[in-house]
Amino acid sequence: MVKHSVLIGACLMLLACSNATQPNLYQRLGAEDGINAMVDGLLYEIEHDQRIVHHFADSDIGRFHAKLAEQLCQLTGGPCHYSGSTMQESHTGFNISLADYDALVEGLIKVMQRQQISITDQNALLALLAPMYKDISYR
Amino acid sequence: MKTWFFAIALLSVSGAASAGSKIIATGGVTTIEGNAGGGIVPWAVINGYASSNEWSATAFTGRVAINNFTLQSTGVGISLDNTWEFSYARQHFALKTIGGSLSQDIFSIKYHLTGELLYSALPQISLGVQHKRNRDFTLPAAVGAQRATGTDVYLAASKLLFNQVAGRNVLLNGTLRATKANQTGLLGFGSASDKHYQFLFEGSAAIFVNYNLAFGIEFKQKPDNLAFAAEQHWRDVFVAWFINKNVSLTGAYVDLGNIAAQGSQTGYYLAMEATW
Ligand code: HEM
Repeated sequence: MVKHSVLIGACLMLLACSNATQPNLYQRLGAEDGINAMVDGLLYEIEHDQRIVHHFADSDIGRFHAKLAEQLCQLTGGPCHYSGSTMQESHTGFNISLADYDALVEGLIKVMQRQQISITDQNALLALLAPMYKDISYR
Repeated sequence: MKTWFFAIALLSVSGAASAGSKIIATGGVTTIEGNAGGGIVPWAVINGYASSNEWSATAFTGRVAINNFTLQSTGVGISLDNTWEFSYARQHFALKTIGGSLSQDIFSIKYHLTGELLYSALPQISLGVQHKRNRDFTLPAAVGAQRATGTDVYLAASKLLFNQVAGRNVLLNGTLRATKANQTGLLGFGSASDKHYQFLFEGSAAIFVNYNLAFGIEFKQKPDNLAFAAEQHWRDVFVAWFINKNVSLTGAYVDLGNIAAQGSQTGYYLAMEATW
């Protein structure tokens, strides 16, 4: 009996350890610096994308950068709390189309490729962002 | 064929030709029947890269070479608004050992009903119609086909699932088809004993190694209307390489079962597609 508990205890400790050493997506993306670089890259892509840049004509880019970084941090398991508006609120009035969404995702993929984020981590991030389409589009 | 190679080579290196906003590979490749899909199964995706309020054009040619036959299929398509797909394909089926050939034209329309391949929990769902016309009905009539023209209707559901197998994205597709076609229409439509539509299942599954390269499998259930020879289900394993948004190449190993009483037809499939 004692032997068993020790064994189970050892197993649990191993599990705990392996969990602790396994970096989450936030860490794999390079934590705060990595996410900031990604948002910088995305802003560059948006600025140079004639298809969507007009949506940002009247935006406070400083705020957008800060809120997006905060949101990506929280979403990927980082130590942040998103303090911006909901996705529905912040995108209402822009009538963001499927083509706009595709363009932004394509821009993000370009940035992730450029920053040599692994395909696995790219897919993990896209899995988190893709479903936001229903809250963001055509509002 | 040669001009095609030049056109493709030019497009691959230039990469300058404008394409739509859709993400690479989300238009699929073009089936032997001219629809966006895999090699033999039409998917719910709309061909090319036209996203909302955009249009795109596609052209493809593909060749199936199996033990006793070859099938050459060539066609063009236009897509609008990621909603409508209009396409035309001509198939030429050569009976290498028996001699002679079969040929048909396929005019298709696909309408994207609901769902977004990448962005909705619901799969993308599309309804398609294929109108097929034999160009020479002599041989199909001789083996018992009832009509030289036929119309297939299909409902397809496709979904890309992110980060599924070894962190890779997986595409799943299921298609339900109503058809009277014998060997997809190459041997005409229906027979004296089987005049009615049958509902058949087709499926594909693919894994994307990266944005440009996918490996997959396909299955296509077939009817068996003609008395002169048993018709069997089709299957294949394929690799699709999306070189850029203008060019893709597809290769497959195909197993088309028995065709026209010629046993075990296996071989390869090669296709290329250009998109603008
Ligand atoms: C991948 C999905 C997206 C995410 C996660 C996202 C996230 C955000 C965030 C966090 C904000 C700031 C909200 C705030 O200020 O409180 C924002 C604002 C904004 N987003 Fe998005 N967004 C997405 C897609 C898009 C797309 C596709 C477009 C258009 C092409 C777009 C256009 C805008 C604009 C114009 C603003 C600024 C609104 C303003 O100035 O008040 N977003 N987004």
